Amino acid sequence: MPIETILFFALSTVLVIAAGAVVTLRNPVHAAMCLVLTFFTSSMLWVLLRAEFLAIALVLVYVGAVMVLFLFVVMMLDINTTPLREGFARYLPVGLLIAAIMAAQMIAVLGTQHFGFDRYAAPAAVVEGSNTEALGRLLYTQYVYPFEIAAVILLVAIVAAIALTHRRREGVKTQDPGKQTMVTKAERLRVVKVGSESKEGRGA
Amino acid sequence: MIPLSYWLVLGALLFCISVAGIFINRKNVIVLLMAIELMLLSVNMNFIAFSRYLDDMAGQVFVFFILTVAAAEAAIGLAILVVLFRARSTINVAELDTLRG
Repeated sequence: MPIETILFFALSTVLVIAAGAVVTLRNPVHAAMCLVLTFFTSSMLWVLLRAEFLAIALVLVYVGAVMVLFLFVVMMLDINTTPLREGFARYLPVGLLIAAIMAAQMIAVLGTQHFGFDRYAAPAAVVEGSNTEALGRLLYTQYVYPFEIAAVILLVAIVAAIALTHRRREGVKTQDPGKQTMVTKAERLRVVKVGSESKEGRGA
Repeated sequence: MIPLSYWLVLGALLFCISVAGIFINRKNVIVLLMAIELMLLSVNMNFIAFSRYLDDMAGQVFVFFILTVAAAEAAIGLAILVVLFRARSTINVAELDTLRG
């Protein structure tokens, strides 16, 4: 058996077990850790598919940023998970049944009779050139407009996340430039009439 | 060599696991978000497998955009979750029935 096939089956087993642990574990922190393992394993599988750039991007973006965000939220919110677990045993048979039916249907369609080597020939083992370069060439020429839109989507996400979670604190002195420019003379300036003093020293 | 079918079945299994996860964890928003991430991962797996076997880079470009949108979705979803927890002190989906008539 070639090494690639062995790797595929080993990594797939880890992937499926870790994904099953994500949805069944009691503790959300452990579930997040299993999700990290899932992402890492699938990034290894993507390397097998010669998608090196996306494999690294998955590790950097998901394991590095998104999962840290998940863990941060799970640990910051002191969540009592006991009421969240009720109904777990009740919905477990339904969920498993639906998942099994879906899996059976998809496996029946996706078998080797439709997607085997006779329809989709085995790709070349060695890919010429750099994967990152090929992807970059496409992204900055043919797909440059969707690329810009993706950048704007990320910007919107940053603004939305900060605007949602930002709390205005009470009792903090801050400037309000709008109020400062709208101020009128009557609010700030008070003219006081002071009588002139006479030579004797006492006021008039 | 591995036929394309095996990769597609792997993606299908991942998708089914996350659908089952949405069914059995229907009260916990955090695990629901994680199951959605798993679904996106299975879709990405299919895209990359087809990209390799059809020798077409467009599939990988699409995965790139899915990763971008999924990151944005996770950030906004978790921000909404934090605001929700501050307002209601719970993330139990069953208690979020204010809009029920």
